[in-house]
Amino acid sequence: MALIEARGISRIYRTGDVEVAALRDVSLTVAAREFVAFVGPSGSGKSTLLNLVGCLDHPSSGTLSVMGTDVARLDRSAAAAFRGEHLGFVFQEFNLVPVLSAYENVEYPLLMVRTWPAEKRRAQVMKLLDAVGMADQALKRPDQLSGGQKQRVAVARALVSQPQLVLADEPTANLDHDSAHKVLALMKRLRDEFGTTFVFSTHDPKIMEVAERMFVLEDGRLVREERPS
Amino acid sequence: MIATLKLSARNLMRYRRRTLLTAGLITIGVVAMLLFVSAAGSFKNVMIGQITDSMLGHLQVHRRGYVASVDNLPLNLNIGVKMVERVKAELASEPAIAATSVRLKLGAMFSNYNETTSIRLNGIDPDAEDAAAPGLRTRITDGGRDGALVAPGQLLIPELIARGMKVKVGDTVVLVATNRDGSVNGKNFTVRGILEPITGPGGRDGYLHTDDARELLRMDEPEAMEIAIRLHDLGRLDAVQESLAGKLDKLLNKEGKPMLELHSWKQLSPFANIASMIDLMTLFIRIMLVAIVLVSVMNVMLMAVYERIREIGTLAAIGTPPRRILGLYVGEGLLLGLLGAAIGVALSLGVVALLNVWPLQFPFGRQIITLQPVVSVAEVVTVALLVIGMAVLASLQPAWRASRMDPIQALRHV
Repeated sequence: MALIEARGISRIYRTGDVEVAALRDVSLTVAAREFVAFVGPSGSGKSTLLNLVGCLDHPSSGTLSVMGTDVARLDRSAAAAFRGEHLGFVFQEFNLVPVLSAYENVEYPLLMVRTWPAEKRRAQVMKLLDAVGMADQALKRPDQLSGGQKQRVAVARALVSQPQLVLADEPTANLDHDSAHKVLALMKRLRDEFGTTFVFSTHDPKIMEVAERMFVLEDGRLVREERPS
Repeated sequence: MIATLKLSARNLMRYRRRTLLTAGLITIGVVAMLLFVSAAGSFKNVMIGQITDSMLGHLQVHRRGYVASVDNLPLNLNIGVKMVERVKAELASEPAIAATSVRLKLGAMFSNYNETTSIRLNGIDPDAEDAAAPGLRTRITDGGRDGALVAPGQLLIPELIARGMKVKVGDTVVLVATNRDGSVNGKNFTVRGILEPITGPGGRDGYLHTDDARELLRMDEPEAMEIAIRLHDLGRLDAVQESLAGKLDKLLNKEGKPMLELHSWKQLSPFANIASMIDLMTLFIRIMLVAIVLVSVMNVMLMAVYERIREIGTLAAIGTPPRRILGLYVGEGLLLGLLGAAIGVALSLGVVALLNVWPLQFPFGRQIITLQPVVSVAEVVTVALLVIGMAVLASLQPAWRASRMDPIQALRHV
């Protein structure tokens, strides 16, 4: 069974009488354990597509199934519960909570979304921090970390609740080339280690080559699917 | 819940200065409220104590119609001796009553042999009066406060008459009274003491022994115009009044109608209106406190939500349920309220303790009132709960806004 299955999905925004189609008639499937990229220039619709898959938005038309759930039908609370249960997110600007340490940022989803006992929670957080190479920086606050380190913490946070799917919107856009490749390599390794499916968006040609499969978007349309050599 | 509160606390500490300022504002409100309540309560208690302890008693029994015409001190609205005994028996069966004093009230002419003036008098049994109005003794400014309040042949006179008639302790004066039949009787008295006046009805009355009062009025039997009652606990006034009124209503006159009426000090003294005004002012101070807490906490919480929109978007995106986001911000309001209330209560208790070590005194008419404020546990709990409740209420709207935020819009916020 496909992990993500989109059939003819569109997303149209309306402002008064004006309609803007951010995504038009996109169909795609992503299988479990894939390392996939949505690529395209700015405004091509890749972030919109990620938002739909991430249950942050609803398609205007078409059907979208994520892990067998028709996510278009989820209301606000159900969508939040679904995200907390099955999805992890990595953001372009890291979006770590500035008052919390690296450890606490990673622990945060377990506190707010899950109800794990303290010991299990601690073991899981340390496992993830170790996996991203940040165990020795666990007590540092985000403002004491470099961009690459912050994104590694953000990746650990995305994986801590053992999601089946991690969505990363331009995860390397704020990183230098070296850090960007390290973060992507880390994500790939974690995919292999934890069996998590990774879908990320990028407009950087050097970054998209890391993906095993990529969906190229232009003006809200899926124009082709490629497998980088 | 605890994890959410911990995060709320951390968020508050992120903006330490703002948090402390807001908590400070709440603290000022709590201190102002508690100090006002305790000072006003102290003033009220001093005044009520003075009025009831040294004059009125807590409750008074009269024949029906007597209070309405008390200015004339009518002699035809007495309580007969048999009825007095029946009333005494009823009062003796009420355990809440500490003491009673049967009074014979009369108006008389007061003469120092050179000049004459009118005087209002209470004929009392000194021991019973001492028990029912223990503060009367403290009003004796000249003549000594020890010994019997007043012995037969002695008179306690109000300061105004003593000054106006140039009469001193030990002087002999004459009282002339008209009795119920219209005949006049006179008797010599020695001034035993001078009484400090106090606010309210009877505050400028003189006192003489009940035997002398009966002799002046040519009254053969120990009738009464008034029976003053002192309770063990003033806090039970309304309950005792209700219970006692029911019993007294069963004492009927010859026509088979209730003969007596029972009044509390509140119904007899105009100070009860001042006490009600103090209570009203306390209510307004409470409303001001509520406004301070609402405005300050809401302002801080709105700022907190506005400044952390991206953060809220992140929390929502990673699957934090809206109710948890709501809880996070309500928790901040709750902690602000708790902090302000805790510091405010601690400061207030400290200031109240200091005011009890160095009491404040201020003149009230001719009297010096000494304020020794006391804050009751109930008042502290009420104010603290009010502040905390208002802080939570004030944070609800911003918290609701945060919990309903669209994650995509919030994540895009710059």
